[in-house]
Amino acid sequence: MMTTLAYIIAYVGIAFFLIACVARFIMWTKMPMHVRWELYPVAHEGGGKAAYGGSYLEESDWWTKKREVSLVGELKVMVPEILFLVALREHNRKLWTRSFPFHFGLYLVGGVTALMLVGGLIVGYAPATVAGPIGAAIGFIVPFIAGAGLVLGIIGAVGLFLRRRSRALRDYTAPADLFNLLFFIVAFGVALVTFVGYDRDFSLVSGFVTNIVTFNLAPIGDGTAGLLLTLSVVLLALLVAYIPTTHMSHFIGKYFAYHAIRWADDPNLPGGKQEAAIEELLSRPVSWSAPHINADGKKSWLDVTLEDQNK
Amino acid sequence: MKQPNSVKDLGRRPGEPLAQINQLEQIPLPPPFDKLDEEPVFGQLSDEAREKYVVLDDTIAVNIEKPTTKEEEDRLVNGFLSGLEKLFSADDNWTFLQPFEMSMEHCARCQTCSDACPIFAESGENELYRPIYRSEILRRIYFKYVKKASPAIHGDIDLNWETVARLIELSYRCNLCRRCAQTCPIGADNALLSREIRKIASMEMGIVPREIHKDGSVLQLAVGSSTGMTPMIVKDNIEFIDEDTAERTGIAIETPFDVEGADILLIHNAGEIMAWPENPGAFATVFEAAGLSWTLSSEAVAYDGINYGVWYDDVQFARVAVRHAMAAKKLGVKKIVLGECGHAHKALTVIADKVLTGDLNIPRESSMVTLRDIIRSGKIKLDPSRNDFPVTLHDPCNLVRLMGVVSPQREILEAVLPPGRFREMAPHGVENYCCGGGSGFAIMSGHNFQDWRHRMTGRRKFRQILEAFQGEPMDKEHPKYVCAPCSNCKGQIRDIINYYDAWEKAGIYYGGLVELIVNAMVDANPGYVDWEWH
Repeated sequence: MMTTLAYIIAYVGIAFFLIACVARFIMWTKMPMHVRWELYPVAHEGGGKAAYGGSYLEESDWWTKKREVSLVGELKVMVPEILFLVALREHNRKLWTRSFPFHFGLYLVGGVTALMLVGGLIVGYAPATVAGPIGAAIGFIVPFIAGAGLVLGIIGAVGLFLRRRSRALRDYTAPADLFNLLFFIVAFGVALVTFVGYDRDFSLVSGFVTNIVTFNLAPIGDGTAGLLLTLSVVLLALLVAYIPTTHMSHFIGKYFAYHAIRWADDPNLPGGKQEAAIEELLSRPVSWSAPHINADGKKSWLDVTLEDQNK
Repeated sequence: MKQPNSVKDLGRRPGEPLAQINQLEQIPLPPPFDKLDEEPVFGQLSDEAREKYVVLDDTIAVNIEKPTTKEEEDRLVNGFLSGLEKLFSADDNWTFLQPFEMSMEHCARCQTCSDACPIFAESGENELYRPIYRSEILRRIYFKYVKKASPAIHGDIDLNWETVARLIELSYRCNLCRRCAQTCPIGADNALLSREIRKIASMEMGIVPREIHKDGSVLQLAVGSSTGMTPMIVKDNIEFIDEDTAERTGIAIETPFDVEGADILLIHNAGEIMAWPENPGAFATVFEAAGLSWTLSSEAVAYDGINYGVWYDDVQFARVAVRHAMAAKKLGVKKIVLGECGHAHKALTVIADKVLTGDLNIPRESSMVTLRDIIRSGKIKLDPSRNDFPVTLHDPCNLVRLMGVVSPQREILEAVLPPGRFREMAPHGVENYCCGGGSGFAIMSGHNFQDWRHRMTGRRKFRQILEAFQGEPMDKEHPKYVCAPCSNCKGQIRDIINYYDAWEKAGIYYGGLVELIVNAMVDANPGYVDWEWH
């Protein structure tokens, strides 16, 4: 019964995570076009301009020229930023020493989970594929990466917890911030205890993941091992479901913070595709109440903009 | 140094300043200004002002009168909450909804941005001026009083009229330079939140510093310019500037007005015409020498490139931007070129990019680019030895960090200065520090606000200027030039130099960029930069 419940919670947790992430992504995508608010350097500026923070606005008659937009330039910034949190390392080294192991630990745990899910599918549906050296290699790598991820995650989360309790950050810390980190510490801690104490070859957890992807709800492990594995699964599933409901979903928001705001320098060229969208925005009603706005909730942005202030 | 202990203090300690700076505890400036006890004395607020207006710290920018009845108190609180809700509306705030919500939701309050803020640094790290102090209060008010979320999730805050009034006042302790946003690992923009607080105050509650609204954008829309110049006066002034410039350079010029079909509509910040006539005079000299097809407009609003709405009010912003574009459309020009004014650049080129459509969507270009092209064309002959003095360059935030126009002004300086005379500030380019006059501060002068500005917001820039000139003899006999290609920055730098008496004590002078071009023109009489303090 307990095991079945663990399977159900795992399915629901993963499904909730995916749905919530997609919903968040759609929420940011659906927001109306905003005015340009870019911040230089803009990584995709071509012609060597990104290196010193220059833009296409440095070109004379820029609207007549083809813009040089470099995807490679973006990747050169985004990949190190995602993997190594470069901005934090550059501007806040003290926090980076805590945040980097935490995030890198998450990447390793996330990566190894994905690896196990794929491995589970193969084991479930094409077991011959992983027989021999490939299976042995995966069997060696998975526990190593997972262990490293859990340890790094716990070290980072404890460091961040203590940092949030420091004099500098205490006043800017809500109880939920501490709860979030504690949640990570407890969930990763139980998983680590299970791994070190009862499942060093990862056979139990791999079996569980294989059962998940093959929809086989058979019990895994017994006694303390089974109990700890069940507890680990439940805690991790709840954590995964919880993340996108909090500001920890910044891994989605950050994409938009960079691509839709900081680096959003696409010009609205005369007769171009943006003009229709802008005209729709200018037709929206304004309800700001200050007398000089002269809005009534019905007048549009265009109406209040074109009102002759001399009258 | 007095400072708040907590974000919750904003609504507590009624009538008491939450922060006070002891000038003897500030970080000393480089020599010869390194004696804190020899610096000008920080003027104090009058008792009358403290009695009448809401008190936040050592100064007052907004002049919010203390409410005298419960109804007035409620009006402040309810007006603020109503405006805050509208910031989340896709109708009322489509202009900034996504960047605003991003910063409200995803700031991790990690304080990575704190060190980037020159005000926080020069205040001795006073908590009140920490970039996230005001934005954290805004977040807590929103989540607790609008979204009705548990304070356990987003933090607690008391909400009373004093919280609201002080928060509005506090939004005018930020230059909106966005240096903090540049360092944020997540992409949150706490400077934007300062601007959005200003928007609530202006667009919902009608509370704005007089200098930027009544005497600023309202006056500009009513008579044509925040300087008060009408079309007739501006034409008279330009005529006088042409005569004066011709006398100084020996080159006859006549600034064209309202030339239909000209290639370029040049829009100056009208403050240049009033306070620094050598700047429009230099533009006319260079443009004429290069044989450009250009014109000024005598249409109201269009001869003043300022757009103060960019600091506090989206509707005022749009009104001015549209009037600029309408004048260009009327003349049928091919492009608008923005003179030496940073916020006018950003307002019309970048922000208005998502406002102007159809036949109002007339291309805009920076004068840095136009001037650079003239230099490249070789149409004017230059003698860099005429600029044989140390020059440092101030990077206006609006032009550089927020527009990416970095290299043209440097290319110009390389052409008009002798080798070895240019000194970069540290840091410079997109990592520059604000002059301290950004977001309207350069024109705000009520009570002792100028003193606060010089000691808090402009001090980092003055420090940079002094550092750039270290190694030079620091006296009036060895003049040095701070090149500030932005009218507001220039005004602020003038005020800092005045405040510290840096012209008399260290020979530090200031001016625009185009003046250095004319000063190096072979065809012009030498001495366009006259080193006469004004």
